[in-house]
Amino acid sequence: MAAELHVELVAADRSVWSGEATLVVARTTSGDIGVMPGHQPLLGVLESGPVTIRTSEGGTVIAAVHGGFISFADDKLSLLAEIAELADEIDVERAQRALELAKSDADAAAERRAEIRLRAVAVH
Amino acid sequence: MGAQLRVYKRRIQAVTATKKITKAMEMIAASRIVKAQRKVAASQPYATELTRAVTAVATGSDANHPLTTEVETPTRAAVLLITSDRGLAGGYSSNAIKAAERLRERLASEGKEVDTYIVGRKGVAYYGFRERKVAESWTGFTDNPAYSDAKRIAAPLIEAIQSETAEGGVDELHIVFTEFVSMMTQNAVDARMLPLSLDEVAGESTRKGEILPLFEFEPSAEDVLDALLPRYVESRIYNALLQAAASEHAARRRAMKSATDNAGDLIKSLSRLANAARQAEITQEISEIVGGASALADATAGSDK
Repeated sequence: MAAELHVELVAADRSVWSGEATLVVARTTSGDIGVMPGHQPLLGVLESGPVTIRTSEGGTVIAAVHGGFISFADDKLSLLAEIAELADEIDVERAQRALELAKSDADAAAERRAEIRLRAVAVH
Repeated sequence: MGAQLRVYKRRIQAVTATKKITKAMEMIAASRIVKAQRKVAASQPYATELTRAVTAVATGSDANHPLTTEVETPTRAAVLLITSDRGLAGGYSSNAIKAAERLRERLASEGKEVDTYIVGRKGVAYYGFRERKVAESWTGFTDNPAYSDAKRIAAPLIEAIQSETAEGGVDELHIVFTEFVSMMTQNAVDARMLPLSLDEVAGESTRKGEILPLFEFEPSAEDVLDALLPRYVESRIYNALLQAAASEHAARRRAMKSATDNAGDLIKSLSRLANAARQAEITQEISEIVGGASALADATAGSDK
């Protein structure tokens, strides 16, 4: 059996995804980081952006994460975010509408949120 | 119908209408408790992971963060009191207010000034009536709080604790809310959120006897802690709000259940009284008829002579 790590992706009000994975790529404030089984214990601050989880079944899970933390110890990885959405859950049209609305309102934060959602879907 | 009987009938009608309302409120509250409990459970993983992370940074690094170190002579404390927006929940709000009063007294006896922050209209009304100063208050979401509400509440509190005491900041942050123990038991409790007492946090997260590994921090321990602590406060407040909401519904269900029961008892005793009044009326009518008939009989017997 290949080494794998247990991933918990939790948002403030629910658990978004959990399962076994072989690789997790996330964006911290100091750059992208890839975590594989056996990584050194790590605690980092996440940037808003897509997180890629390569599951042990060979599939890929992509989630849009808005701020939060990554913590890894004993082959257990937790991704904590105030808001986290799986790419499958994201409503592309709604995100696009939100993006346009945010652009016209010059709301930088909302614009960024919508952009990340769309990017997560695009990678997917 | 006699006057007495009519009065009873009217009262029975009024109590029956009240009973219907309280019964409906009881059932609504009962269904909402389950929903509120589910929300508490759903927020648990985030809170647990966050607590673990905070413990890891605070114990795993020698970071000396203002939010984890106690000030030598704290002079001002902030108290966040969580009450309900609506009444008819028995002693729910007043118990929380009483707990806050006790905490206030204790802090005052320790020589600390107390800034009060209030959630819920009942608490705001209590302080408003006594013309006490309230630093900030929020209303309108106590029966179904969202994470954004917790964020909104946390923002000024975090700002207050980060600013210097001399400039209106606070040294300590306390929270008073109603803990949801079970459907039947809810306790008003107070807890200190900041500065973090590490023993307490460590006790929560390492109950299973796990030893925390040495973490590598990205970008640095201080930055991680800086980013973590506000989230930690928000998540604590969110958890308190959710528990308070569940407690509010449970308290309301209990209050409405006893109101419904009392209304039932009242209806029973009133209908007994109404029956007795009706019976008395009938008895009186019969005796009147009998009396009238015998008087008539006496009169005719007299004229025959």
